[in-house]
This record gives sequence, C-alpha cells and structure tokens, in this order.
Amino acid sequence: MNSATLPIELPELTQDDLTRYSRHLILPEVGVEGQRKLKAARVLCVGTGGLGSPLALYLAAAGVGTLGLVDFDVVDASNLQRQIIHSTADIGRKKLDSAEEKLTALNPALNVVKHETMLSSANALDILKDYDVIADGTDNFPTRYLVNDACVLLGKPNAYGSIFRFEGQASVFAAKDGPCYRCLYPEPPPPGLVPSCAEGGVLGILPGLIGVIQATEAIKLILGIGEPLIGRLLLVDALKLRFRELKLRKNPDCPVCGTHPTVTKLIDYEQFCGIRPETKEEQAVKNGIPQLSVKDLKKRMDAGENLFILDVREPFEYQIANIGGKLIPQGEVPQRLAEIDRDREIIVQCKSGGRSQRIAEFLKQSGYPKVANVSGGILAWSDQIDPSVPKY
Amino acid sequence: MTIFIPTPLRQFTGDKDTVAVSASTVAGALDELTQTHPDLRKHLFTSEGKLRAFVNVYLNDEDVRYLPEKDATKVSPTDTLSIIPSIAGGCQANRPN
Repeated sequence: MNSATLPIELPELTQDDLTRYSRHLILPEVGVEGQRKLKAARVLCVGTGGLGSPLALYLAAAGVGTLGLVDFDVVDASNLQRQIIHSTADIGRKKLDSAEEKLTALNPALNVVKHETMLSSANALDILKDYDVIADGTDNFPTRYLVNDACVLLGKPNAYGSIFRFEGQASVFAAKDGPCYRCLYPEPPPPGLVPSCAEGGVLGILPGLIGVIQATEAIKLILGIGEPLIGRLLLVDALKLRFRELKLRKNPDCPVCGTHPTVTKLIDYEQFCGIRPETKEEQAVKNGIPQLSVKDLKKRMDAGENLFILDVREPFEYQIANIGGKLIPQGEVPQRLAEIDRDREIIVQCKSGGRSQRIAEFLKQSGYPKVANVSGGILAWSDQIDPSVPKY
Repeated sequence: MTIFIPTPLRQFTGDKDTVAVSASTVAGALDELTQTHPDLRKHLFTSEGKLRAFVNVYLNDEDVRYLPEKDATKVSPTDTLSIIPSIAGGCQANRPN
C-alpha cells in the first residue's frame, strides 16, 4: 500500500464541514469518507517559503486536519515575489506566525503545529514521527538528504519538490516499494557547484506550480486515490511550459532504502554534503565584509569613534527597538545612497545580521571603501550588551 | 539525437537548452557533447571519466544506469537524452542567515 497510514477511527464531519467541503463530497473519489481521512490527516511542511506557501494554503483549504510547519526564518521583502502566504505587512515577522495567521483565517478548524527550529539529525525523527505525509520544500542539500533519510527510517512518504530558475522537479519518495531521493541522487554535488535560488534566482510563479503538485500528491496519498508520483520524476520547464516524466527505479544498493542499508540512523548531513563549519577567519570576514561583534561595536562606540551605523530594517522594527543608527530600510538603500556618508566607516545592522550582510556587500560593490556588518544584529545587542532593548 | 541541457549547465553550452548530436550510442553522444562544449566535461564526469554521482542521464524516460547495455546502448536520431542534475531550491528556511 502506498497511501498514508491514518488512524482507523476517523473523525466525524460537522455541519460546517459538510457545507465547506461540498465540492469534495460530491466527488465519488473523495466523498464523506475521503473528507474524514483529510480531517484526520497530519501533514508536515518543511519550510514555509516558496514551495511551502501554496502547499500549506491548499492543504488548509482542502480540510487537512493538522498542518505542521518547520521554519525559523522571518519574512523578508525579497520573499514576497513568490512566498504568497506572507504579506507586505508581515515583513520582519516570524514566518511561522505569519503563516499560521493566514492558514487559520482560511480555515479556523485547522490545527497548526509550529516547529520553530532548524531541522537537524537530533530533532528530525522526533518531529516527523507524528505526521502521515512529509512535504519537503527546503532549499539546501543537507536538509534534503536529512528529510529523505528520516522519511525512509520512519516509513513516511515524502512529497518532494525542488525549483531552480525556470525549472522544477517533483516526485514522491520513500513510499513503501518506491525509490527514495538517494536512489535518484546517491551523492550531493560538491558545495558551490549548484547555486541556490538566493544565488541563481527563481521565477516567482514556479514554486506555485511545483508546490501545488506537492499538495496534490499529499492529498492523493491521504485519500489513497489515483496514481501518485511514486517512481516517477516530473520535470517542469516553465519557459517552454513543457512537462516531462522520467522513470525512477528503486536502487537495490541504495544505502538507506536498499536491501542491505548502511545508513540505519541519521548522520551528519552538513559533513555528508561537504560543508565544513566556518573557520575563525571566515567568521571574521564574510564575502569580503568584516563581521563586527556587538561587543566590539560597543567598545568602539564608547571610545567615541566616528561610526556611521546604518540600520536597514523596516520602520516598524526600528520603532520596537534600535541602537540609534540611521534608518534606511534595505529596499530603499539603492535610491538613498546620497544619505550614506562615503567618507566614514559604515556599520550595517539589522535584526540578526542577514539583511545587513547583503546591504554591506551591496555598499562595497557601490564603491564604499569601509563597510562592516554587525554579526547577530540587534538581537545579539539585546543578548550581550543591553537587555532593556526589546527582542521581537 | 537531441540532448536536453538542464538550467544549471546551460552556462557551459552557450545558453542552449538542447544540443543535437549524431552519435550512435549514449556514450558517443555524451562524448560528442563534451567535445563541442569542453567546459561541460568536468561537471558531468570525474577525472577518471566516470559519470558523476549527482548527475543522472536518461535515454528517453529511462535511467541509463538501468539499461542492460548502459551507456553502450544504441541510440537513434529520434531518441532524446536528458541530463538531470540535483537541484535543491525551495525556500530559504532551514538556512540560517
């Protein structure tokens, strides 16, 4: 059987359910029984970004009873081109909170479980074990292999989707008798060879297409209907709008799902993907930008150094907490360079150090001679320098 | 025959998404492709000339690794060869910034 394993006792449908899901109920393939299966189902979305947004919205609309969301990121303006679960007003908010609000507004009966964490070998089995179907929408190879191996070890189907520029892939892995991600790709590419969406770009609509395919597969697995994408890799070329399908075979020698598996517990996926921890030098300078600790920043401020602190967060974040920097939201920096003094050292700061690093790199490219990034941002400031600065 | 070039590798084929070759086997087709576009070679093959583990080659819809004659399989002009490298894109969660 390739469908998801659901409890034998299915929940009853309420009068509201009968009204809300009437278009499902009149489909013989779904019907009352199928809708009750959806209501009982628990789906985990790994990531609430490009793929996770449409995926979670459609699953919530379809009446899936419990949606787990794994994310620890905050909404950034550059997400909104494709991550349709988040709105402009959500910039700076936790993606989990923003997603929960939209999902429960759409379907108040939905049970949202928020996992505010980075999925790791230490927590993956514990998080995944409570779900019937896993939908992997992450953007990096270590997490892809981690989710795959955890799904195989737990016997959970993985509705897989992946995107790059104008091209997408979808399949269902780790279903019983079907191949897994490692059958397709036994090894990851060396780091740096395959760019991420952040580096290579992605057409905003593409995660919509692929995420909805993942949602379709999740729903089919729950209902046990149709032919799931097991043993098939769907390739989507958005530019030509061509869909192609390749056969995937279960590799009998697969190290995790083969007949004699060598991977029987979760491993170190960063190491497996050739990613080594940052060295001291890399921590000090990232992409040519010196990383300034909040402690060193405080020392230099106390010493009365002539620093230009540029806060690139949004105005509402600045209102919540600031360390007296000049506020220019990251999206406005390119148009407001005239307000940033070229002759002084520019110390760029944001909430946790990600946005400010990108702006610091931009300023350097724009010819600013001395630019540094405050590592850890205002959160680190609040933690290490001044606890009276509120965290948000 | 036609070889489909995936997005990440198009930078090595002058942005072409397909390349036509006239070889008579899968190995011959890949050889012709990498002779015309030498920069592709190191992305597809190891220094020992083995296909890299994160690159899959499909003859029509079948993985070449599972064909009885593997890359010695004969090809006809109407066949297609697809190179499918792994891509990881999805969202930026689970990557600390």
